[in-house]
Amino acid sequence: MTAIKWHVRAGAYYDSVVLMQLQRGLLELNGVLDAGVVMATPANRDLLAANNLLPESITANPDDLLIVVKADDDAAAANAIGQVDELLARRKSSHSQSFLEFRPRSLSAAVKQLPQANWVLVSVPGRYAAGVAREALELGKHVFLYSDNVSLEDEIALKKTAREKGLLVMGPDCGTAIINGVGLGFANRVRRGAIGVVGASGTGTQAVTAHIHHLGGGISHAIGTGGRDLKSEVGAVTAHQALEALARDDETKVIVLISKPPAPDVAAQLISAAQSTGKPAVIYFIGYPPPARKIGNLRFAISLSEAAEIAVRELEDLRIEGSSILQSPNSRYVRGLFSGGTLAYEMMVGLQASLSPLFSNSPITNSQNLEDPLHSKAHTIIDLGDEFFMVGRLHPMIDNDLRIRRMRQEAADPETGMILFDVVLGEGAHLDPAGELTPVIKELREKRSGELEFVAVVIGTEDDPQNLQSQISQLEEAGVKVFRTAAEAVEYVSLKFNTNKKNGFTPVDLEQLKQPLAGINVGLESFYESLISQGAQAVHVEWKPPAGGNEKMAALLAKMKSKKEN
Amino acid sequence: MDIDNANTTAITRLMEARPILKGVAAAKDVIPGMRDNLFLHAGPPIEWARMSGPLRGAIIGAMLFEGIAASEAEAVSMVERGEVEFDSCHHHGAVGPMAGVTSASMKVYVVENAEHGNKSFSNLNEGYGKVLRYGAYSEEVLKKLHWMNDVLGEALANALANSSGIDMRALIAEALHMGDEGHNRNKAGSLLFLKSLAPLIAKTMKDASAMSEVLQFLGDNALSVLNPVMAACKAMTDAAHGVEGSTIVTTMARNGTDFGIRVSGLDAKQWFTAPAEIPVGLFFSGFSQADANPDIGDSAITETAGIGGFAMATAPAIVTFVGGTPKDAMNATLEMYEITFAESKYFTMPSLDFRGTPTGIDIRKVVELGITPRINTGIAHKNAGVGQVGAGLVRPPLAIFEQALLAYAEKYGL
Repeated sequence: MTAIKWHVRAGAYYDSVVLMQLQRGLLELNGVLDAGVVMATPANRDLLAANNLLPESITANPDDLLIVVKADDDAAAANAIGQVDELLARRKSSHSQSFLEFRPRSLSAAVKQLPQANWVLVSVPGRYAAGVAREALELGKHVFLYSDNVSLEDEIALKKTAREKGLLVMGPDCGTAIINGVGLGFANRVRRGAIGVVGASGTGTQAVTAHIHHLGGGISHAIGTGGRDLKSEVGAVTAHQALEALARDDETKVIVLISKPPAPDVAAQLISAAQSTGKPAVIYFIGYPPPARKIGNLRFAISLSEAAEIAVRELEDLRIEGSSILQSPNSRYVRGLFSGGTLAYEMMVGLQASLSPLFSNSPITNSQNLEDPLHSKAHTIIDLGDEFFMVGRLHPMIDNDLRIRRMRQEAADPETGMILFDVVLGEGAHLDPAGELTPVIKELREKRSGELEFVAVVIGTEDDPQNLQSQISQLEEAGVKVFRTAAEAVEYVSLKFNTNKKNGFTPVDLEQLKQPLAGINVGLESFYESLISQGAQAVHVEWKPPAGGNEKMAALLAKMKSKKEN
Repeated sequence: MDIDNANTTAITRLMEARPILKGVAAAKDVIPGMRDNLFLHAGPPIEWARMSGPLRGAIIGAMLFEGIAASEAEAVSMVERGEVEFDSCHHHGAVGPMAGVTSASMKVYVVENAEHGNKSFSNLNEGYGKVLRYGAYSEEVLKKLHWMNDVLGEALANALANSSGIDMRALIAEALHMGDEGHNRNKAGSLLFLKSLAPLIAKTMKDASAMSEVLQFLGDNALSVLNPVMAACKAMTDAAHGVEGSTIVTTMARNGTDFGIRVSGLDAKQWFTAPAEIPVGLFFSGFSQADANPDIGDSAITETAGIGGFAMATAPAIVTFVGGTPKDAMNATLEMYEITFAESKYFTMPSLDFRGTPTGIDIRKVVELGITPRINTGIAHKNAGVGQVGAGLVRPPLAIFEQALLAYAEKYGL
């Protein structure tokens, strides 16, 4: 059963050669038996009628463009009609290829020359780079900002604009990115695949992507952020956008996040964001102690090559235990009251990555120092065995009094959402710590009507005098979540305090990211040549400093531009 | 104030202007402020002492034509005694190619902008050879001028009076699809012009042999339509002038000594000038670059309106002026997109996939990029009366755009 569909376009005039080409394009489509594309003059209508391509219900004026398709079925005919614009446009873009060689002097002219460009590569001297990047954002393009010596203020402002527009600013000082199989800047030729990379380090990204390739894996996108993105002032805007985009990207099954040591608050938010992706994510913060091997869907690597190896392995396994985001996240603070100094310290190492701000009387970094050990603030881990507390007192492994009083103190603070503590059994320790702690825990939980959570790490064996099993049972019966290792507790607490904040950014348009890469290059010519040799469409801008370096004129022009923005 | 908004307003006015050639009449009857002892000339205002050879020659010729002087010597002494006045065509809504000299009794085309109501004017084109616009004023030049005024001008006036006018925007758009760029090449446009006029002329002229002369003259002259095209461009650019805050250039003109521009958001009498440059191009046999006069003429109004040198991509027949290959012509147009604010809605180029011509020179972009407008131009001999010696390309000095930007900054307190 054949089907005929048609489309009438009023007030459109195309050269007859264009129409013949369109007709041929339609005939090449699957299921299309015949097609007619004409201006609907009486003579042309007669022609269509003679070929049984003029259903009686068609009404069209002689000035109208009439497109008729006869196909195997309705779907094929409708599909053909739906492709008319694309077929017309295809002619256009292949034609425009011939003048892509022209080297414009301005970004705006380049964009008109290559309207489908989705990226602008900027590698002009630093003091001009922000201006070019800003213009690119205004034109709705993503920016690969290779230039360095861009001020921090400019970086912050550019990224603010970018996130409002759903655009990426990779950089400044971003050396490497791979978008949709095309390397920008310095990038290795790696196969395409399911591993997405977010890299605040250019060579780090190269090392990881090359090793993934070597191990048989491939890259979906490798998004650079620039080295300063993970500073507190910048707040990892680009890294957050990249994680969020890769989370939505169907092609990306595993994510790798690499950076030099980020600011603690930034690291915590990024880890939280990486958890929210719900995809296996491998994190390597170079020079930053890994909090654990794994926390939920997160894996922590200790080298670039290991990051690649874990990513490839995760891809092979692809088994995350359900959603890694726990139900009912805790939006208050954790207060850790430890009798064991090393356990407290391990907890710090594990939690500092995902909780911020985090304080302790046994800090890892100076900024974590809790000035007054008697009063917790924000997230706090206290080593109650510290000598500050020990003056004239028994060790908390023997005497629970100090810890009970501190538990009461913390529970009275409405900001406390979790009390984390250890119970260390064994020779010399208190004979029934759970027996003393649980009545208080029950009382405090009741007082805070369920909004206060207790979590314990219990260290001991069945043969210990206190009997491990009985201690655990007592604690669990009192509503305490019990773990046998600090690592498990770290994972639980990290996931529990994942705030999973919506960042309020305009999401990056994935469809645009998946378009064949077309770039406008402003600066180093080799970047342009590299794009061309990778088969991407590109235009090179013959850039010169504004007003030929005439400072007075350039300043005046800048003023006129800022006036426009006001 | 938003500069881009102001420019959008100016450009919209420029593009939506609908110049209709309505008639032909004596200058003093239609041009505002025209009087017997006033001689209009191309380019920015200039005093006699600084005028170049071709412009002086054309003024002497016009004084002889008007009969207010009997000889060259008398004309010069009258000028020196201050008995005649000069002014820029542009101050009177007029434009003229090369010297552009227009005097009180000369017949001029009257173009009316049907959209905004403003009028513009241009003299009649004399064709090639020894002509007044290149500073020639011999007996034969004056004789032709009189024939043009009395026979041709009369015929055109009667023909147009009997019609609803000729839509110049449509004519230019069609000519651009036929290989014209509207400045140096007007072959197609002139034939379209003749095609529109011929039936009207046939309807109104009684004398068959005079009619034959008129039609022959219009048809032989591939520049017949240049003057109405210029007047049309003038009507468009004048419509774009005076938009508060706009940085769009509304006039580019040369008097053979200075190159001058005016800007929409600045005063109508405020010219920014610098010495005109000598065009670079191809020369007729027997002439060379050494014979060339500095740039002259109001015809750069075509580029100001977005055609001429800006539409080179559509005129492959004259690519020799810009480097020799169609690609050079394409690049010439692509370069002009860099300094223009918009793309024409009505003037399109098949070679660029019917992209609109680069329209509305923005002084900000010129200064920022250091790219000056490309102007296709005829080249005049530096001595009066020799005539055209070649054709080629010229660009205005960058300095005048910088001056304009400074004046703009001063006016708008930047």
